[in-house]
Amino acid sequence: MEVFVAALTIFVLALFVGYEVITKVPPLLHTPLMSGANAISGITLVGTLVTAGAQLTVFTTILGVVAVAMATANVVGGFLVTHRMLSMFRDRGDRA
Amino acid sequence: MPELQAEWIDLFYLVAAVLFILALKDMSHPRTAVRGNLLGSSGMLLAIIVTLTDHRIISFEVIIAGVVVGALIGAFMAYRAPLTAMPQVVAVFNGFGGGASALAVGAALEEALKGGFVEAVDFQFTIAAVASGLIGGVSMTGSAIAFGKLQGLVTERPILLPGRHFLNATLFTVCVALGVWLIADSDPSLPFWLLVAFAAALGIMLVIPIGGADMPVVISLLNAYSGLAAAGHGWVLNNSVLIIAGSLVGAAGFILTALMSQAMNRSLPNIMFAGVGAEVASDEDSDDVYAGRVKSASADEVAMLLDGARRVVVAPGYGLAVAQAQYAIHDLMDLLEERGVEVEFAIHPVAGRMPGHMNVLLAEADIPYEQLREMDEINPTFRQTDVVLVFGANDVVNPMAREADPSIPIAGMPILDVDQARTVVIVKRSMSPGFAGIPNPLFAADNTLMLFADARVAANELTAALRG
Repeated sequence: MEVFVAALTIFVLALFVGYEVITKVPPLLHTPLMSGANAISGITLVGTLVTAGAQLTVFTTILGVVAVAMATANVVGGFLVTHRMLSMFRDRGDRA
Repeated sequence: MPELQAEWIDLFYLVAAVLFILALKDMSHPRTAVRGNLLGSSGMLLAIIVTLTDHRIISFEVIIAGVVVGALIGAFMAYRAPLTAMPQVVAVFNGFGGGASALAVGAALEEALKGGFVEAVDFQFTIAAVASGLIGGVSMTGSAIAFGKLQGLVTERPILLPGRHFLNATLFTVCVALGVWLIADSDPSLPFWLLVAFAAALGIMLVIPIGGADMPVVISLLNAYSGLAAAGHGWVLNNSVLIIAGSLVGAAGFILTALMSQAMNRSLPNIMFAGVGAEVASDEDSDDVYAGRVKSASADEVAMLLDGARRVVVAPGYGLAVAQAQYAIHDLMDLLEERGVEVEFAIHPVAGRMPGHMNVLLAEADIPYEQLREMDEINPTFRQTDVVLVFGANDVVNPMAREADPSIPIAGMPILDVDQARTVVIVKRSMSPGFAGIPNPLFAADNTLMLFADARVAANELTAALRG
């Protein structure tokens, strides 16, 4: 139960941090925000690595590898496409 | 690889979590956003490297295989997709993330049943597994359908099956029942896999009745779900970085969802369940509204108007994205500015297929972001505007939104008040209605001219006519 409450504490506090940080993002950047946040949600990759590498059973290994590939596509693609979009935003001074 | 103690791993995870928070914080301004994205990716890299020191990993071959395949898919899509297709791309990545969480949680359950690494299949484990399986499954197939709709593989109009509310309620009830079964008796993993299968069916059923114009809301909601699925995965593994990163993304998704709903003056349940956009106005309805009062103009005539203007506002919509007109419009803007005309862009919060979609497209064409104005900022200036050029937008400039009649699907939606400008030019290929499926009285207003053309062709013709 202690562990459960500790995890719940982290969860709730992180939601508040997320709220405070994200309400400051202007609509101008909502698309990159979404794809960047989406890349961060690929953090699930961290949990899949151990499953894939531990090879407890054939079934868990297969599940692990598929999950690793999907999560990696999420992470790599998400950060790259966000970078591609963000590098296009220029202010007036950059134009000349 | 050298093995790190658990405390050290957790400390590195804390650093990664802080980097994620700083990454989102830097997204508050275009000048810092690139750095923010780099911070976020560094945090991810750190978390991955630290995890690879885990003593339970006995072989790296399969990990490397999975990472290489995933990275190639991700990089290929990230660089090959045109910026107009960003909503689809985000939907696909989102589906991958949600699916990965569901599969990984299932794998953790299988491991635990084999007497694997988890200390105990306790309440926290099973309830988090149920949540991740349900949310991850919905987010995986829901994102796939959203992709299909945006890519044109599935019709963009809502598909309304008879009895769909009943069917969805049944699917959801079955999911909950399977979840209770798993929590009560987690010995066989069968209820978990059944739960994922039913959740996947539910994801399809929830998204097919939603129209293409409501996709910005759906994508941000699914984004929130995949974040929560990752957080649930973190609860299963007792891993703090997963919980923190997942809840940050969950918060981001829910905030954007709420902002989008507000921008359309509609409740989330209305967007999700009402099937708005399924009915398209018949020609007779439209004839009543237009009543032969629609005036069309040539590019030369519009160019003459622009020639005498002091202030011009461009209101872009999804038609601009479809026609890839952003570069042509930039040329037109440069030419007008050379002649001393003030040019600004009016960005409605739900223009396009994703929050902020228009900003990205116009940024792609090197239009400085200072000239992209939000709705509340630009609305008071339309009275001092000589010409508004509406490129491929319809519902977001429809004055019918100002009426209180609840039978109008967009009633109460804040709109761009383009009709207050001296002249409104609508660049559009035909008189067809927008996604709300209703006629637009603005097309028949006294100060409106229709320029029937593809957005890019029209912008090029206007530039040529102004030069000539």
